[in-house]
Amino acid sequence: MAAEAPDSSTAYITHHLKHLSVGEGFWTLHLDTLIVSIGLGVIAMGLLFMVARKATAGVPSKGQAFVEMLVDFVDGQVRDVFHGDRGFIAPLGLTIFVWVFLMNAMDLLPLDLPGVVASWFGAHEFRVVPTADMNTTFAMSITVILLVLFYSFKAKGAGGYAHELFTAPFGPNPLLWIPNFLLNIVELLSKPVSLAMRLFGNMYAGELVFMLIALLGATWAGFTLGSSVSMLGQVVMGAAWAIFHILIITLQAFIFMVLTIVYIALAHEHH
Amino acid sequence: MEYLAQVQSLTAIALGLMIGLGAVGACIGIGIMGSKFLESAARQPELIPALQGRMFLLVGLIDAAFLIAVALAMFFAFANPLLSVLG
Repeated sequence: MAAEAPDSSTAYITHHLKHLSVGEGFWTLHLDTLIVSIGLGVIAMGLLFMVARKATAGVPSKGQAFVEMLVDFVDGQVRDVFHGDRGFIAPLGLTIFVWVFLMNAMDLLPLDLPGVVASWFGAHEFRVVPTADMNTTFAMSITVILLVLFYSFKAKGAGGYAHELFTAPFGPNPLLWIPNFLLNIVELLSKPVSLAMRLFGNMYAGELVFMLIALLGATWAGFTLGSSVSMLGQVVMGAAWAIFHILIITLQAFIFMVLTIVYIALAHEHH
Repeated sequence: MEYLAQVQSLTAIALGLMIGLGAVGACIGIGIMGSKFLESAARQPELIPALQGRMFLLVGLIDAAFLIAVALAMFFAFANPLLSVLG
């Protein structure tokens, strides 16, 4: 059956790492990322909206109780950090948490299943985890940093923000203006990069470990001793890694949400 | 032709160093933070729920650089761009 030559196992993995893309160069669009992320966003926000529409002040249904739990959780996180008007930041946090969690959770689907479903529609490669694509994570973190800049200007005014860029954190002495400014620029650049790369790295590494575990099962050659042991190993290790990955998925969505809230809250602070 | 083998072997060594040294840093960091958490939990058990949430947040933050290194290592393992320069 499938020979375990290095070519075929590397080819298996590199095949699973290809995006369904159109266009080339700068204008390459990853259709699989776009379809899955937009679809999950519509489903998640649609469900939340429908539950909110039928919300009652009496005895809540299970759906309403679950959504209330979520909203309370996110609102608690925002209240810990931010002491102003929560009308925009708390829904932003809820959106980020639910959307990133659902996108990450697509990693738990069996590895070859999206490819099979995509081949019914004529596509040959389909990567089903949008957050394992750098485009998604950087899009979200660049949006967050644009929001940070917007709120910095809104809360401190253009003059106030410029003053802070040149005098924090070392001091208002004119000799320190250049170091202050450089440090603030580094901080402004490192925030979105670290936010995006953290989520991307976690999801990409998780996906790759799933692929490596699946390689064990790909060597099935009938009910011989070797391939049965490989298949059993694949099932056990796959289950263990999937259980650990459930923690990672939730944790990364939570971290993205908390860091977004913290960055925007910091943008409101005066010194 | 031997340059191809040199690039591949150096890449393999580099991957080992990236993942290994990253793991050393991340594990020691989480170990220190976890021990402080256990100490303070033993000293003030009523604070455990609040501290636990922040501890998980810090686990994610400390793990970040290590996992970025793992993701890059995986990328170099399967789609090494340095090999394409040699053709």
